[in-house]
Amino acid sequence: MQEIVMPFDKQEMALLCLLIPLLPFIGFAINGLGNRKLPKGLVGLLGCGTVLASFLIAVYLFMDFTSGGSRPYTVSIYDWISVGRLQIGFSFLIDQLTLFMLLMVTGIGFLIHVYSAGYMSHDENYGKFFAYLNLFMFSMLLLVMGSNYVMMFVGWEGVGLCSYLLIGFWNKNTNYNNAAKKAFVMNRIGDLGFLLGIFLIFITFGSVSYPEVFASAAQTPGLNGSTVMISITLLLFVGAMGKSAQIPLFTWLPDAMAGPTPVSALIHAATMVTAGIYMVVRSNVLFIMAPTTLEFIAVIGLATALLAATIGLAQNDIKKVLAYSTVSQLGYMFLALGVMAFSSSLFHVLTHAFFKALLFLGAGSVIHAMSNEQDIRNMGGLRKALPITFLTFLIGTLAISGIPPFAGFFSKDELLAHVFMHSKVMWFFGLLASFMTSFYMFRLLFLTFFGSFRGTEAQRHHLHESPAVMTIPLIVLAILATFGGFLGIPAVFGADHFIGNYLSPLYTYAKGINATPFEPIHLSHETEYLLMGISVAVAVVAIIIAYVMYVKKNTVPAPEDARLAPAHNLVYHKYYIDELYNALIVRPLMWMSGAFHRFVDVVLVDGVVNGVGKFVMLSGRTLRYAQSGAIGFYLMVMVFSIVLILFLNFFIG
Amino acid sequence: MNQIPEVIRTVPLEYYLYFSSALFVIGIIGVLTRRNAIVIFMCVELMLNAVNILLAAFSAYRSDPTGQVFVFFIMAVAAAEVCVGLAIIVMIYRNLRSTDVQLLNHLKW
Repeated sequence: MQEIVMPFDKQEMALLCLLIPLLPFIGFAINGLGNRKLPKGLVGLLGCGTVLASFLIAVYLFMDFTSGGSRPYTVSIYDWISVGRLQIGFSFLIDQLTLFMLLMVTGIGFLIHVYSAGYMSHDENYGKFFAYLNLFMFSMLLLVMGSNYVMMFVGWEGVGLCSYLLIGFWNKNTNYNNAAKKAFVMNRIGDLGFLLGIFLIFITFGSVSYPEVFASAAQTPGLNGSTVMISITLLLFVGAMGKSAQIPLFTWLPDAMAGPTPVSALIHAATMVTAGIYMVVRSNVLFIMAPTTLEFIAVIGLATALLAATIGLAQNDIKKVLAYSTVSQLGYMFLALGVMAFSSSLFHVLTHAFFKALLFLGAGSVIHAMSNEQDIRNMGGLRKALPITFLTFLIGTLAISGIPPFAGFFSKDELLAHVFMHSKVMWFFGLLASFMTSFYMFRLLFLTFFGSFRGTEAQRHHLHESPAVMTIPLIVLAILATFGGFLGIPAVFGADHFIGNYLSPLYTYAKGINATPFEPIHLSHETEYLLMGISVAVAVVAIIIAYVMYVKKNTVPAPEDARLAPAHNLVYHKYYIDELYNALIVRPLMWMSGAFHRFVDVVLVDGVVNGVGKFVMLSGRTLRYAQSGAIGFYLMVMVFSIVLILFLNFFIG
Repeated sequence: MNQIPEVIRTVPLEYYLYFSSALFVIGIIGVLTRRNAIVIFMCVELMLNAVNILLAAFSAYRSDPTGQVFVFFIMAVAAAEVCVGLAIIVMIYRNLRSTDVQLLNHLKW
């Protein structure tokens, strides 16, 4: 039986906790209502200022939390839903995981807000943009701070809505609107799974609040490995699949690049898409009780990582490459979750947020300089024109490739070590994905920044380094991407694993059920060094191949209409997955909608409604001749009718 | 002086019935056949008063004052009706220079 440690109530923090999500919401309200009326400077100040304030409060909470002995606490604001057995409070849970996500979301969110102030400065809907970004922050903060699954779901839906609004931000372009709809619809599929998971949790545990659910799960050993736990976790994972773009629901994320670049950085790389990982880590007790689901998650994660990495090899749109790399990295994180390396997964979430936000913002800076050109075939040699962007982009690329001492090395290596302990085959495929990642990232870097300029003359004249408001966030993120990895130096280098130690209280219950995965990595130092050596070597080989192909030989990817080798063609067209979904799901649905429209709607519903109308019209048209205007006739009808009534009354009534 | 109900009871009830039925039918026939609005109006009054007589007779024979009260109500309503009706007829006459109801056939369809 487990010892139960309930978080205590700390009501004096209510105002501060409430302010964290509320400040961005106030920013949303003001900017949203004052769109185009407020001066741009004020809009930018409000948008960034509110997020900065949230960040500072989060830092204060973190200080207070650690100095107070790191004891998780809850803060209840009010009773939200209270129906019979179902009691849902509008309350926040402040623990290690919440603070971890809070600092990451508000910190990176603030940097991206600042960057947006420069990137979007020419847009007429500046206020609308910041309003949506702030609304996103509000929802995301609600998602990570809520103390029960329903609040998480509210935030979950909120970020989905903001994602939709921001992908379709330039709503004059039909393609962008379609991308937004695609993202929204695919997320709905996942959300349905998540919602059913919450229902099942309530049925099983009689509560949706985290402390109660986890405590009662830990106290019921009979549930371990049971069908109901597998169902709950699978349903929750379906939700994570949608939000975090895993097979089969990943095709929306590359299309989501239609949105402005800061949006891609904030929502579709650093924060929202990691909500699935947050959810799984938050529910680690439930997942640890369902080993089948975990195995499934690992397989899906690995498959996604590989599939997305291969597609990334052949893409020519700077943002598409980054999008597929995001999908691939998310696959990595789920692979780690599947092998129960929860902290490593979160560590990778953090470092990924640093370097992927950096890469996206760098790409944004390039796109800004190239007057909205996104095709890397038309770039090249930008190193000299955009020195800061180049340098920071290089750091991001090194970090994602796992070159020490950049952040990606530590997180990816730790992750792969856990996978290695779990299964050698999975580790091999993970390494393969890592090889491809290094290759396509350096392909992107070389094609963009090296060689000679391949764009038009007008673009060449326009080339310029971005303003300071955009480069400063890049520099800050570059510093984070360089040193962020030191938060989790593995034990083999004789240091404390800060993140691992900090997060370990989260798994108290889970350890009681299955302690094995939470023990420190018990590989010999030689093996561990060997693993690191292999992954670095693989990355370096990939970089060298990319260098030879794209710098030495100056290869430029084939133009749009060129004939490609079959395998290349398959990858270039993303395995025709979109076409497959179109044929298997979208078309039949469209056909069914058409059929329903023609038969049920037009014939049945419209038939009844219009039929009633027609009947009334027809009878009116016929009966109006009775109203002849002759008073004598009326009188006669009246008299005879009264006589008839009396007559009938007398003989029948 | 005799009580009024006693006076009424000096005539058998059947006679009242025959009389007011005849009066009522005369009213109906008048309404149906005449074309002059004023005459039609008078015929309506005739029908109302046929009923009044019957009510008064029954009231006396059954020693129940309700019928007489009813008569007063009918008189009041008839007076109000005459007031409005005659006003309408005056307006019709002003417009048509006639009170012939067969000319009033503009309100149709």
